[in-house]
Amino acid sequence: MPVSVANSQVVYDAMKGVGVRLVSALPETWLVHLIRIADDDPDMTLVRLAKEEEGVGVSAGAHFAGVKSAMLMQNHGFLQAINGIVGVSLLYKIPLLMLITDRGTFGEKDPWQTEGGKHTRPVLDALHIAHDDLSRPEDVEPKMAQAMTLAQSSLSPVALLLQRDLMWEEPN
Amino acid sequence: MGGAELKRIDCLKAIYPELEDCAVVTIMGAVAAELYSLGHRANFFYLEHAMGLASSIGLGIALSQPNRKVVVIDGDGSVLMNLGGLTTMARSRPKNLVHLIFDNETLLSVGGGAPGGYKWFTTATSTGSDLAGIAKAAGYPRAQLVREMEDFEKAALDAINGDELSCIVAKVEAEMPKSFLMDVHMLENRFEFPRALQSKGGVN
Repeated sequence: MPVSVANSQVVYDAMKGVGVRLVSALPETWLVHLIRIADDDPDMTLVRLAKEEEGVGVSAGAHFAGVKSAMLMQNHGFLQAINGIVGVSLLYKIPLLMLITDRGTFGEKDPWQTEGGKHTRPVLDALHIAHDDLSRPEDVEPKMAQAMTLAQSSLSPVALLLQRDLMWEEPN
Repeated sequence: MGGAELKRIDCLKAIYPELEDCAVVTIMGAVAAELYSLGHRANFFYLEHAMGLASSIGLGIALSQPNRKVVVIDGDGSVLMNLGGLTTMARSRPKNLVHLIFDNETLLSVGGGAPGGYKWFTTATSTGSDLAGIAKAAGYPRAQLVREMEDFEKAALDAINGDELSCIVAKVEAEMPKSFLMDVHMLENRFEFPRALQSKGGVN
């Protein structure tokens, strides 16, 4: 499976570097290494979710308790979690760092991923959720730090969209 | 079904003194209003929206502050909106979390009930869906259904003073609270709650 182990580690290290100690996740292909690395790290609490919306609650609870957290999900997971994002994070002004694999964009071979890919940015924009792409490994650490800083200062959800160029090694 | 005679408010009164050092997360509506009516505390968080996520918030707290007891006060309607969350809770199995579920067999606080206990929008627990059974089957080490005050009190106090993830489902009347008035703004509550959690007893 040509998911980039090296860049998954880069993303993980950046996430940990900004103080994340609890990660809630549902897997998808591009996230397999990231979730495995989190599971192997005794300093990280990994919560395996049944559905993504739960993760918004888990992260809110962690925030209340003074622990920084992140959610790992695919863009369909983000779409699934909208009610929680609106009814918890936005309504109550709670920081939320979302790492979203951005499937369904240029180069997507799986037909079933293509619809969700079209709607991810418009939905983020409709909710005024700040977002940026992670495409190059050298950008990961600074952008992760900026995203966490904005989430904490604005008490809002923010999203980093993990791109094919970062997560997938096979040339398309 | 069952002719439940337990009242939420009496159950809340029975556990109220035990909640002083806990992190308490309630659902919206009647449960929040009735707990508030007994005396608000900064360590109570009332989730006024996002039905189903009170237990997820409780899980996040419990995993982040393992030495603090977390009490989630949930309802049948909310639990049914996040049944998968029971499996997440069970597999995470925080020893410091008590999941109380008041089951009035109706979506009372979102308009499914009316004064006098009339239920015009029931939940599936009214036709036999068994939340304690579901919690047990999801993997909660302890899950119990209670219908009597004596049983509720014993189960709830055992759970709060115990050291195991526990679920207690109490069949209660579908009565409206005396008042829905809560003189604490959502955002005020949102900021005082973490302050209370982070000042009393440290993280980890």
